[in-house]
Amino acid sequence: MAAVKDDVVLEDLLRIDGLIKVFDGSVRAVDNVSLTVAKGEIFALLGSSGCGKSTLLRMLAGFETPTAGRIYLSGKDITDLPPYQRPINMMFQSYALFPHLNVWDNVAFGLRRDGMPKDELAERVESMLKLVQLGKFAKRKPHQLSGGQQQRVALARSLAKRPKLLLLDEPLGALDKKLRESTQLELVNIIEQVGVTCVLVTHDQEEAMTMASRIAVMNEGYFLQIGTPDEIYETPNSRLVADFIGNVNIFEGEVVEDEADHVTVRCPECLHYVGHGITGTPGMAVGVALRPEKIHLSREQPDKPHNWCAGDVADIAYFGAHTTYHLTLVTGMTLKVQQPNLTRHSGQGLTWGDRIYAHWSQDAMVVLTQ
Amino acid sequence: MLARLISRFRSVFRGRNAVILVPMLWLFVLSAVPLLIVLNFSFSEMEIASVASIWKWADDALTIKINLGNYLYFGQDPLYFDTYLSSLKFAAITTLWCLALGYPFAYFMARAQAHLRPMLVMLVMLPFWTSFLLRIYAWKTLLVSNGLVNQLLMALGVIHTPLQMMNTPFSLTIGMVYAYLPFMILPLYANLVKLDVRLLEAAADLGASPWKTFWLITVPLSKRGIIAGSMLVFIPAVGEYVIPELLGGPDTLMIGRVLWDEFFSNNDWPMASAVTIVMILLILLPITIFNKYNAESKSEEQA
Amino acid sequence: MKHLFGKSWLTMIYVFLYIPIVTLVVYSFNASPLVTVWSAFTLKWYPAVVHDSELVGGLILSLKVALLSGLISIVFGTFTAFALVRYRKFTGRTFLASMANAPLVMPDVIVGLSLLLMLISVQRWTGFPDRGMFTILLGHALVGTAYATVVIMSRLREIDTRLEEAAMDLGCKPFQVFALVTLPLIAPALVSALLLTFTLSFDDVVLSAFLSGPGSTTLPLVIFSRARLGLNPSINAVAAIIIAVVSMVVIASSLYQARAERRRQREVNEAYAQTN
Repeated sequence: MAAVKDDVVLEDLLRIDGLIKVFDGSVRAVDNVSLTVAKGEIFALLGSSGCGKSTLLRMLAGFETPTAGRIYLSGKDITDLPPYQRPINMMFQSYALFPHLNVWDNVAFGLRRDGMPKDELAERVESMLKLVQLGKFAKRKPHQLSGGQQQRVALARSLAKRPKLLLLDEPLGALDKKLRESTQLELVNIIEQVGVTCVLVTHDQEEAMTMASRIAVMNEGYFLQIGTPDEIYETPNSRLVADFIGNVNIFEGEVVEDEADHVTVRCPECLHYVGHGITGTPGMAVGVALRPEKIHLSREQPDKPHNWCAGDVADIAYFGAHTTYHLTLVTGMTLKVQQPNLTRHSGQGLTWGDRIYAHWSQDAMVVLTQ
Repeated sequence: MLARLISRFRSVFRGRNAVILVPMLWLFVLSAVPLLIVLNFSFSEMEIASVASIWKWADDALTIKINLGNYLYFGQDPLYFDTYLSSLKFAAITTLWCLALGYPFAYFMARAQAHLRPMLVMLVMLPFWTSFLLRIYAWKTLLVSNGLVNQLLMALGVIHTPLQMMNTPFSLTIGMVYAYLPFMILPLYANLVKLDVRLLEAAADLGASPWKTFWLITVPLSKRGIIAGSMLVFIPAVGEYVIPELLGGPDTLMIGRVLWDEFFSNNDWPMASAVTIVMILLILLPITIFNKYNAESKSEEQA
Repeated sequence: MKHLFGKSWLTMIYVFLYIPIVTLVVYSFNASPLVTVWSAFTLKWYPAVVHDSELVGGLILSLKVALLSGLISIVFGTFTAFALVRYRKFTGRTFLASMANAPLVMPDVIVGLSLLLMLISVQRWTGFPDRGMFTILLGHALVGTAYATVVIMSRLREIDTRLEEAAMDLGCKPFQVFALVTLPLIAPALVSALLLTFTLSFDDVVLSAFLSGPGSTTLPLVIFSRARLGLNPSINAVAAIIIAVVSMVVIASSLYQARAERRRQREVNEAYAQTN
C-alpha cells in the first residue's frame, strides 16, 4: 500500500478531510474520503462512471456542498466558499465554452470578473493564447474551432486567472483516440510549464497513467488505492485495483509457506513461489495476480518446481506490436499471455490447439490478500 | 465562521426565493384568485342588481351562506345539459375530422424529402400567425348564399338554387376543423418525423404489406402524437366562442356562447359562475387522464 | 401510385388551409360593397380603411397592448421558466406549474370571465381599476406569460448547465451568471416568445371583449362586431394588409434563420476539415 508520501519537501496545497456526500438522503456518492495533494502535483481520480469521482471534483469546485468533512486549500478552509470565490478553476467535460463569445472573450471572461485593468488583461489573454498556440484564432467563435482547438481554449480559459488549483473533468474525453495521445503530452507540458497543481478526473486508465504523478483509484465513493502509476500497476493492493488497471490473470489459492522474503501459494493450476513477503498466515486464502506481459511461453516443459503451467492455445489475437494468447489450463481457467513481436513473424509458429508451457519469474506476481 | 455560513445561506436563499416568489405572486393573483372568486360567486344568489355575498359578518360572527341553487338549476333546465352535450359532440366531431385529415397529411409531410420539410412546416404555421378571427370571417364569405362555394357549384350545374350552408352545423364544423387542424398536424408531424424508417424496412423485410406495416408499426408508435394532438384540438374546441358566434346558428348550441349570454345579456353572474365551474370540471377530466397516461408511458420508458 | 396519393393529399390540405386567406385578399379588390359578388377591380377600400377612425384607433390600441403585454409576458415568463427548470425542488413547485399551465388549457371564455369578476370585486373595494387598456393588458399578459413560459422553458432545458457552472467557476455571482451567460443564450427564445405573445394579443377577441371598457376597443373587437353583422369590405382590406405584413415577417425570419443555420454548419465543417 503506497499511502500519502511523507516527504517534507513537498508542501501540501490541497487537503481533504473526511469528505462525505449523500444524495437524496441515502445514496453515498462520496464516502469518507481523505486526501492530500502537494503543490505542483498532477493528481488523477480514476474510476468507472458512478464511482463518485465527479462528485468529489464538483465539491472541490464548489458546485456541490459536502454533507460532512472539510476542504482546505493552502491551509485555508474553503468548504463554505461559493465557486466564484474559490481560487480554483475548472476545465469542464466537453469544455463548456461560451458559444456566444469568441475565443478572446472566453479567455478574458474570468479576468473581467476580477476587474483587471485593460492593458494587463489584454497582455494576459495574449500570453494565454500564445501558450496554447491559438493566437491567430482569437476572433473565432467556439463552433468555428476543431475539437482539439476547443480543448486548448478551455485550458487557456481555466488557466487565465492563475488558479492555485486546476480541475480537469475528463479533459480528453471528447477527442478521438488518435488525437488524444498527442494531446495528453501537450496538456502535461503546458500544465508543467505553468506549474499549476492539478486534480483530474478520468475513467481512462491510460490517460491517468501518462498524465498523473499520483493516482487515486475510486470505487463506490471511496479510495481503493492511492499511489504513483507504477505502484498502482505493479503492486495493486486488491483484486479490484488489479482488475481495473490493465489486464491481469488472478489465480486463487492458499498460502502454504509464509517467510519474511517469500511466500508459496498453492493453486489448483500450479505452485507459486513469490519473491516478496506478505502479512498473512499459512492456510490463508489469497489471490495471485500475474500480468499477461510478464509470462513467457515455451514448447518445452520448464525444469523448475513452481511458477509454470501447461495450457492449450484457445485464442490468438494479433495486435501488431504484440500478440495476445489465451491458454486453457487443465482446470479450465483461461490464462492471458502477451508476447512482444520483437521480430517480424515472431509468432513462434503457434496455432490453435497447440500444447504450450507458460512460465514466469518469482518477481512477476503480486499476492492479493483482499 | 458560523456567521459566514449564515450570511451565505441567507444570500443564496434571498436570490432564489425572489426568483420563485415573483412569478408565484403574479400568477397567483391573475390565475388562481380569479378562479376562487368564480367559485365564490357560483355559490351566491342574485339580488336586485347586485350579488349577495356568501360571507356575512353579523353579531361578531362569520356566517357562510352557501347557495346551491345555481347548481340545482342545471337539473331543472335541460338547456344546460343539452348545451354541454352538444359542445362535447362538436368538439369530438372536430377532433375526429382533424385526425382523419391531419394524420395522413403529417405522415406524408414526415416522409417528404428532408430539405423540403422546414418549408412544409412553415406553410402549416403561416395561417396560424395570421389572424384567427379573419380566417373565420373568410369562411363566412365562402359559405354565404351568394358566396364563392355556391357560385362555383351553380356554375358547374350541380345545384340550381343556393344551398343554405351558413349558420348550420356544417358551417360550424368546417370552421372548427379549419381553425384547429394545424394543432393536430404539428404534434403528429413532430412524432412521425422521429419514427425510425428502419423499423418500417424491417417490417417490410419480414413480409408485411405496406398497409399492414402502417397499421401495425406506424400507428401504434405515433400514439403519443395522436393523443397530444387530440387534446390540443378537443379541449379548446369545447369552450370555443368566436367560431359558433360567427359561423354557427340557432341549433348549434355551444357552452361558450351560453356562458357569454348568461353573463352579458342576462347579467346573471352567479349562474355564469356555476356554468364556468362545471365547464372547468369537464375540461379537467380529459387533462387528468392525459397526464396520467403521460406519466405512465414515461415510467414505462424508464423501466 | 402511393407517391401520387401523398402529393395530392398534401396539396388538398394546403388548398384547404389557404383558400380562405386567398379569397379574403382577392375580394379586398372587389368594387362591389356586396363583397362576394365580383363587379370590378378597385383599390378604394384601402384609403377608406386609413380614414376609418374606429379601425385606426383599434389598430393603435391593439399594437400598444400587444407590445406591452408581450414585453411583460417574457419578463414573467422568464422568471417562471427559470424557477421551474433550474430549481428542481421547492415548496409550491407543482402549484406554480399548474398556475402557469391553467391559461393554456382553460378556454378564453373562462379566463376572461374569471378575470373580469376579480377585477370587478377589486374595483368595488378600491375604486380601481376601471375597465380599459390596463385591464385588457392584464388579461393578455396573463395568457402571454403562460405561452412565454413554455417557449423559454424548452430553451432553458437545452442549455448545458455546465456553461452556467463555468461562469460561476470563473468568478460570476448568480445574477452575473444569468446576465452574462443565460440571458444571451436564451435570447432567441425570448424573441420567439415575444413574437408569439404579440401575435396572440393582437389576435385576441374573447379576453378583450370581457376586459375592455367604453373607449377601449381593440382592432379584433372592431372587426368582430362588424363581422357579426355581416360581410363588410373594410374587413377584407384590413385582412389583406395584416396578411401581407405577417407573411413578410414570417418568411423573412425563417429565411434568416435558415441562412444563419447554413452558415453555422459551413463554419463547423470548415473547422473540422482544417484539422484533418
